[in-house]
Parts: sequence; structure tokens; C-alpha cells
Amino acid sequence: MSIKGKAFIAGIYEHPTRDASDKSLPQLHAEVAKGALEDAGLTFKDVDAYFCAGDAPGLGGISMAEYMGINIQHTDTTEIGGSSYVAHIGHAAAAIAAGKCNVALVTLAGRPKAEAQKVGTGGGGRGPMFDPNAPELGFEAVYGPATANMYGMAAMRHMYEYGTTSEQLACIKVAASHHAQYNENAMLKKVVTVEDVINSPMISNPLHRLDCCVVSDGGGAMIIVSPEIAKSLDRHCVKVLGHGEAPKHLNGGKVDLTFTGAAWSGPRAFSEAGVTQADIKYASIYDSFTITVLETLEDLGFCDKGKGGEFVMDGNLISGVGKLPFNTDGGGLCSNHPANRGGMTKVLEAVRQLRGEAHEKVQVPDCDIVLAHGTGGSIGTRMGSATVILGREDA
Amino acid sequence: MSERKAPAPIVNIETKPFWDATAEGKLLIKKCNACGEVHWYPRSMCPFCHSMDTVWLESAGKGVIYSHSTMRRAPVPYCLAYVTLDEGTTMMTNLVDVDFDALEIGQKVEVSFADTGQGNALPYFTRV
Repeated sequence: MSIKGKAFIAGIYEHPTRDASDKSLPQLHAEVAKGALEDAGLTFKDVDAYFCAGDAPGLGGISMAEYMGINIQHTDTTEIGGSSYVAHIGHAAAAIAAGKCNVALVTLAGRPKAEAQKVGTGGGGRGPMFDPNAPELGFEAVYGPATANMYGMAAMRHMYEYGTTSEQLACIKVAASHHAQYNENAMLKKVVTVEDVINSPMISNPLHRLDCCVVSDGGGAMIIVSPEIAKSLDRHCVKVLGHGEAPKHLNGGKVDLTFTGAAWSGPRAFSEAGVTQADIKYASIYDSFTITVLETLEDLGFCDKGKGGEFVMDGNLISGVGKLPFNTDGGGLCSNHPANRGGMTKVLEAVRQLRGEAHEKVQVPDCDIVLAHGTGGSIGTRMGSATVILGREDA
Repeated sequence: MSERKAPAPIVNIETKPFWDATAEGKLLIKKCNACGEVHWYPRSMCPFCHSMDTVWLESAGKGVIYSHSTMRRAPVPYCLAYVTLDEGTTMMTNLVDVDFDALEIGQKVEVSFADTGQGNALPYFTRV
């Protein structure tokens, strides 16, 4: 049994805000839900399943279901950090295929900027990664594992084993900035150079400030529906072709920071979709840091292990220039990273590309098959990885 | 040079022997009697063969840097690292009393305990 062709993404919405000091967290969730339903041509009354992750306030999905006034028969609150929303696509498709629901709403929202959360450099924090009963916490929290230094250790090791350079990592940010200049909502619209990146202040070596994603408020939502409902809607729906998931962790102390869970989630998604890397016209790759993209591209098989540095050079990720256009909205590195979770926005831009609704300067011609990949937690310790492959309605 | 205070760790009934030993300057790891593997972080069940027959083993406290990253944005910069112990398992730690700019993967390090003032000590590592 497979989920291929069993579910379609009928509606999407990305909140335009990047600073939500004027809105509450539940309000943001509700606004993105409404936006995605309107985009699909559906209403809250049509929703029979709700998917959310740890950013949704209250008791699992129930508090937000109450706030939005929806009556659901299926809920899934899988929490694997920023990769959750990519995983939710696979879970929703499976639930639809099993007859558990027909219209699944998935939301993400957060306001780390408005709440002035210290993320990336501060260590400590809130959420499931800081649960005092988490078994690893006693042996890690005392050492100040903030986000940037954990990813820094991954980058340091990748450089050591494969000769990857800071200039190569910088090429990833440069490509994202080329795309962000056309996104009116992007936080950082300025096109930057490799020199700009390596001359920006060192945050946690070898990662510079411009190797890091932005901190932003906002959110996004998507509506995943059964084939019958997709057919009935006056909307170009996007077909779910394949999905794969894989947690990766420190493996009892047999640590290897040079690869991510994408090495396992990717092959599962490609196998289910029945396509290969050569078929992918566009890729949304989770970009909390430049190193996240580099390792993920290798792990998904777009190049050999260790060759990511060479692969991202010469504009190879820039739409209209290179072989693998990525993150054409500017991604987390330039546009937004709502709730410090980038999986949702990865899917949203992938859907825009399939619909031909990306900005004309970055729209990939004849874009029929795309990939979106989410990473949650930390590639320096333990992470969720989720990959989806999506196609046009007739794919 | 580190001026960071050593914070008290979260201790539970399963990890108390480890933290009690740090007060005596001992770094304990876990070894599985069933498969012979050592693991980190220490836990009751072997994560490799899933046997519950695991025992504490005192590490010699020597190893090499697996990776490291120095947080420059903190009020007092500090170095987060993974050290691969000679016994074969890799643990998260801080590298202290070192020149951050001279650190390299593969360098030899040894354990150095920092008193938390709470009846235990944090295993840090410094260059040999």
C-alpha cells in the first residue's frame, strides 16, 4: 500500500507578517487556517481533521479546534520540530487513504520575535527539547548547546572530513538572497555576495551571522484533501506522490554529524513516488543554517556524500541559473522562519512552484515534480527528518 | 580561559550514580555485559542490544576532539564540543582552559572537573 495519488494539497496560505506583536498565537493559527481554506475554496465546516505540532497552544490539537470552532474526527499532533508539517502531509495522506478523514487542516504559527525569545545563541529555552525528563538533558544542557553551536559542530566536522569551505557554505546564502529580492515579504531582500557572508560576524565557528536563518513571527497552513474532493474543487491541486520520515540521533555515542536523517527519509520518499533526483525540477530544502542545506542535498542524493560544497557553487541553486533551483521564496535564510520552524514554508513554496504561482523571476518553467524537505531539532544532536515529493494534479 | 560558572545538572534516580561519582573526580560511562559495547549518555538499557544488564565503568578520562564550535555571541565565549573517549564512545562537553583559536579536530584532551557547588561536578575537557 502506498499513499501515492491518495491525497492532494488543495489550499495553502502563508502569513505575510514577520513581526506579530499585534496578534496572539491562537489568532495567528486561526488566520492562516482561514487563509488556506479560502485558497482551496473550502470552509471551516468542511474540515474533518486537524494536524498541528508543538507550536499549537493548549492541549494537543483540541484547544485550537475549539478556538476555530471545528468539529473533527481525526487529529494528529506529531511533534518533530520544524519537520513536523512535512511529516503531516504523509500522515494526512495515510489517514485519508484509510478513510479516516477527507479534509485535513495543518497549521503552524509562532511569534518568537514578538516574544523576544533568545534563539540560536542563547541556550536553554522552552518546549519539548527542554523537558526536564528528557533523558539527554542532564548530560547536555549544562554545556550550553544553543542552536548555532550545535550546527557549528556539524559544519566543523563536515569541513574536516570533506574539505568543505566557508565560501562554499556562503554560496547557499547567496542563492537564497538572489531569490529573496523578489519576495516583498522577505525580511532580508538584499542580494549578498560570498564575501558579505564570510565577513559577517562569527556567531559560533565556522558559522557566521549570514550562515544563520532569520528569527521571525508568522505562520502558514495547508489543506490536504481526498482525490474526490480535489476533483470537485475549482483549484489546481497538488498531488502527493511520496513521503518519507526518519529520526536521527546520537546513536548511543556512535556520533556522526556529517549526515542527516534525510539520508533515510529521502530514499523512502523517492521510492514511494517512483521518481529519481533527475526528475525533481525544484527543491525546498530546510535552511536553518547553510550547513543544513549542504548536508541535506548530499543526503537526498542530489550529489555524492562530501561533494555538497562543489554542488552549491557557481549559482547552481539559483532559479534560471543552476541545475537545482531551491527555496525560491528566499527560505529561512532570507524570508522567514516562523516559530523557528521552517517545514511549513518549505511546502508552501513548493506548492506555488507546481501551480506556477511563484514570482515570475524565480518560477521554474514546466515545473511538474518537486521535493520539500524538513529538518527538526538539531543536526548536531537529534533531529526529525521528513521528505515529500509532490506533483502537478495530473502528475 | 573560561569564566563560566558550572551549572548544576538535572539529576534523576537513574543518573545519580554518575553525578555522585563526579564529586570524587570520576567519569563513569556505561558498559553492556551482554554485547560488550559502551554507550553515552549513560542509561539502564543498552541502546545497541537492548539488554538491561548494563554496568558502570570508570573512564580513563582521555580522548580526542570529534568536533567543536565556540559560541562568540555569548557574554563569555565558550566552546561546545564532542569528545570521543579512548573507551570508544562520544560525549558532549565543553573544552576549557584552551585557546579557542588553536582547537582542531583530533587533538588529545583529558577530563577536568568543575565543581557545581551542589555536591557534584561537570566533566569538562582540556588539551593534554
